[in-house]
Amino acid sequence: MNARIYNARLIFPREISITDSLDKYVNNINDKSSTKTKTLIDVQAKTQTDIQIQVQTATQNNAQNINRELSEVFIKDGCFVEAYDGPFDYEIDAKGLVVFPGLIDAHVHLREPGFEYKEDIASGTRAAAAGGFTSVACMPNTNPICDNAAVVGFIKEKAAEDGVVNVWPIGAVTKEQKGEQLAEIGLMKEAGAVALSDDGVSVKTADMMRKAMVYAADFDLTIIDHCEDASISNGGIMNEGLASTQMGVPGSPSIAEDINVMRDILLADYLDLPVHIAHVSTKRSVQQIRAAKARGVKVTAETCPQYFIFTDDDCRGYNTLFRAYPPMRRPEDVAEIIAGLQDGTLDMIVTDHAPHHEDEKDIEFCLAKNGMTGLETAFSASYTYLVKPGYLQLEDLARLFCSAPERLIKVGRGSFAIGAPADLTLIDLEESWQVDRFKMASKGKNSAFHGMILGSKVKYTIVNGKIVYSDFQNK
Amino acid sequence: MHLKSKDLLGIEQLSSEEITLILNTATTMKKVLVQPTKKTSHLQGKSVVNLFFENSTRTRMSFEMAAKYMGAASVNISSSGSSVNKGETLLDTAVTIDMMATDFLVIRHQQSGAAEFLAKRVKASVINAGDGMHEHPTQALLDIFTMRDKLGHLDKLKVAIIGDCLHSRVFRSNLLALTKLGSEVWVSGPASLMPLDVESTGAKYTKHVEEAIKDADVVMSLRIQLERIEKGLFPSVNEYFRYYGLDDKKIKLAKKNALVMHPGPANRGVEINSALYESDQSVISEQVTNGVAVRMAVLYLLSLRRNVYERENL
Repeated sequence: MNARIYNARLIFPREISITDSLDKYVNNINDKSSTKTKTLIDVQAKTQTDIQIQVQTATQNNAQNINRELSEVFIKDGCFVEAYDGPFDYEIDAKGLVVFPGLIDAHVHLREPGFEYKEDIASGTRAAAAGGFTSVACMPNTNPICDNAAVVGFIKEKAAEDGVVNVWPIGAVTKEQKGEQLAEIGLMKEAGAVALSDDGVSVKTADMMRKAMVYAADFDLTIIDHCEDASISNGGIMNEGLASTQMGVPGSPSIAEDINVMRDILLADYLDLPVHIAHVSTKRSVQQIRAAKARGVKVTAETCPQYFIFTDDDCRGYNTLFRAYPPMRRPEDVAEIIAGLQDGTLDMIVTDHAPHHEDEKDIEFCLAKNGMTGLETAFSASYTYLVKPGYLQLEDLARLFCSAPERLIKVGRGSFAIGAPADLTLIDLEESWQVDRFKMASKGKNSAFHGMILGSKVKYTIVNGKIVYSDFQNK
Repeated sequence: MHLKSKDLLGIEQLSSEEITLILNTATTMKKVLVQPTKKTSHLQGKSVVNLFFENSTRTRMSFEMAAKYMGAASVNISSSGSSVNKGETLLDTAVTIDMMATDFLVIRHQQSGAAEFLAKRVKASVINAGDGMHEHPTQALLDIFTMRDKLGHLDKLKVAIIGDCLHSRVFRSNLLALTKLGSEVWVSGPASLMPLDVESTGAKYTKHVEEAIKDADVVMSLRIQLERIEKGLFPSVNEYFRYYGLDDKKIKLAKKNALVMHPGPANRGVEINSALYESDQSVISEQVTNGVAVRMAVLYLLSLRRNVYERENL
């Protein structure tokens, strides 16, 4: 596919590190892949100057610091190339739009194989495209569980047939996610697994986690750990606090997450190996990860829009749309999550897109399934709740949605690098829209964002040079 | 004055005026209960279905008797004898019952929020007869009715609630009812059986049972489930009774003639000793009688509210 996109305002990831200082933003953009490779963009130098200023002004004067220079992007045979004269299969006038490297979601549930009544690869990847995601990494809690090369292979093949965005399978750490025996990690990697996780549960014991980290390191795969000490969460289904007390619902304390996060940090420290903490939701977890990063521990972490937007009070009235694990927490947790996104403690935003059938949600609160969909709302929600109030800038979102997940799953995407596959997301920042959970591409209608008005709208999603979603077609 | 909602889901949704209205109506209803012919026609032609997913003697019978004394057709369904055993969902079961022109659906369910979940989805008036650890509004109403009946008022009473507040819907509903009417609720019990944010709920918490009971007008002991021992929440019946069980010595700290209450069924010798259970201070048996009067009042008042609802919606 050959194409030209002009009048494009490209948004480059702004890289930061908290290794040297907990308080100051430190710009280490130079050592990252997007600049090692020669790029099309002659405004690069200007961008960096801007960043120096932004480092100091942090969250203020958002609008003034935005780089407004426009550029062109050329695509040939599905990859970014230097300028050429055509012919083009299509041209897009991106005037008024911002252009991100294709968004990457490192944590979704596509439900296929086994739970196609909730979602399948066809519908899940269409939801991803509608939300601007060009790549999704899917968790292994399918049926059968993705704990062997055959299931990894099946997902890859099915994605090639039915999918519209790149699908990167995540393999289970242990057989059947039981935490007892290692899964065939090497063979899964060969078949296409990009990371490992027993998501839905923690890797059960510290001993198993240690062995898995050591073994996985030989295959250059990172373990994404769902942090929940089940002995403390003990059947709790919402955050333990005043709301759970008043609703009479068993509470899961925030320390159920923190204790497990601490375990993983200490293992990573002791082994000097990487670990990635899934869906961070608590204040203490953010603080522990920040401190660990500052002393050089190879820990990375993600959070989801629900954890910087909602609180446990949203569950009142027994609203099952807000049931998820980790549960919605307190306002002080939300504040710390935002701080963690600002200072680089939290590396990326993922959706934990968890589609469920309406029958599994239109039910008694305590029986409802955990999880909410997120692919179609994540970017707009992040823009609305992080950029608009001035906590972050667009370049930060490019880090959180593009370059950081690329560093975790290493699939050669998430930048505008010449020669790289042309994954792009074009967004209109001015357009706002109201979320209607019944009008979504996902089979799962369990969006907690239902009824909310969000700023920014994905207009085009381009994967390998091909337009896989256009907001105009859908109208 | 009418009740505002078609349902009784919890004390949380009731105003103090509505609570007082129910108590006043119950006073009238109690008069019916002491007559030789216990029959009124308040609910003539109405139907009451008691849908109970948990074991119950007094609450279920109490609703059934209340309905029958007022002339309603009353049916009991328990989960074991219904299609729930065949895998039917709560909602489908409730809708099936609703479609038989049921006026009142009295539900007890182990899930918090079950009554509220159904109320939005059926035409019948839903009465919460206990949902998980959430609320048990008619129990609280009969408790405060008993207090008012015996003490003459509910203003600035000191009510001590002792025991497993964490798992208790009786505690939650009583706390809401008493604070709405201007009384003070003190709680005490093993810290492992106290909710995390118990003080933000409006209750006064003390780890010293004696402090909670001191000068109290009412001392209410909550039922403790012995399964909590296996869950590691307290060590033994013996130790529980020693520190938290009501006995003659502890009750002497309360006001003279303070009321001793228990929602039942009680574990004698665990939450309360037998002597105190049967003492003159104990109103545990009267709570049962008052339960019928309060449930009559609730059914009657909701039937008035229902007439309005039916005109508007059906």
